[in-house]
Amino acid sequence: MKFKVVVTPKKAVLDPQGNAVRDAMRHLGMPEVQSVRVGKCLEIDVAGGSVDLETRLHGLCRDLLSNPVIEDYALERNGMAPKTTARSRSKRR
Amino acid sequence: MKFAVIQFPGSNCDQDCVASINGIDGLRAELVWHKETSLRDFDAIVLPGGFAYGDYLRCGAIARFSPIMRAVVSDARAGKLILGTCNGFQILCEAGLLPGALARNQSLRFVCEMVITRVEVADSAFTHGCAEGSLLRLPVAHGEGRFFADPATLRELNAQRRVILRYADQQGRVVPEANPNGSVENIAGICNREGNVFGLMPHPDRAADERLGSADGAKIFRSMVETIAGQRARAA
Repeated sequence: MKFKVVVTPKKAVLDPQGNAVRDAMRHLGMPEVQSVRVGKCLEIDVAGGSVDLETRLHGLCRDLLSNPVIEDYALERNGMAPKTTARSRSKRR
Repeated sequence: MKFAVIQFPGSNCDQDCVASINGIDGLRAELVWHKETSLRDFDAIVLPGGFAYGDYLRCGAIARFSPIMRAVVSDARAGKLILGTCNGFQILCEAGLLPGALARNQSLRFVCEMVITRVEVADSAFTHGCAEGSLLRLPVAHGEGRFFADPATLRELNAQRRVILRYADQQGRVVPEANPNGSVENIAGICNREGNVFGLMPHPDRAADERLGSADGAKIFRSMVETIAGQRARAA
């Protein structure tokens, strides 16, 4: 089973890399570009398909694949639209 | 007194930490491989700088799951002094022992320079040898050192006097020009609510001898020694 996890910086977090890309796009003839956010995309191939697979994947999305303090994530299965997008949580002290 | 210096695959300031700790009277450092599971024999724990696990995914993201981190977390809960410098600070945040996160420098550049930090809290376990408002000259060397915390966390950090160090200029003014990485409110180092876990982006381990341009970093290690000695005296 194939999954895709897209991790992006939270809106409240300054994304200097995104701003640099936005400026480059404007300079290259697309002044319409309002904003760019740069994140990362993880393509994950999983063998089998136990019932709690997605729940466990969400757990790892929060604990390992993203840092909920500064990032949001979206988990997609087989290229389907994401069912849930994580928001912040408050386990950190 | 014995300090543990944790060695992750990719740590590169572990020897600096050992050397600077061993340079302090009555203090001895020992390297502990990240696959170990106990830190029982140590009075304090240091998480050194470097690029643990290549900083893959995010700085500290994988290191926080190293076997030794269970012992670090449980010893932190038990009140042992824990110091995280640079990559060690990033690991402590990822592990949830400190709030906030360290994001990519605002300049998008790796900064490697001597900075000035102002001591905001003079009675912390890590700075009580320093007067409030005194300045420490310490080097920084990082690409991801921009401290970020949401407004509620920042209010809490300030209200509870948990911001230990801020980047400042030579006159001790906390100004944007003195901020090497874009950290919110020029924050260079913070501690947890209990005050026994301290993380900072600058390197006290690289400034513990005048021959290295500054010996201010030794003040932090000495302060830890005094704190532990004080705790022992009270317990006796």
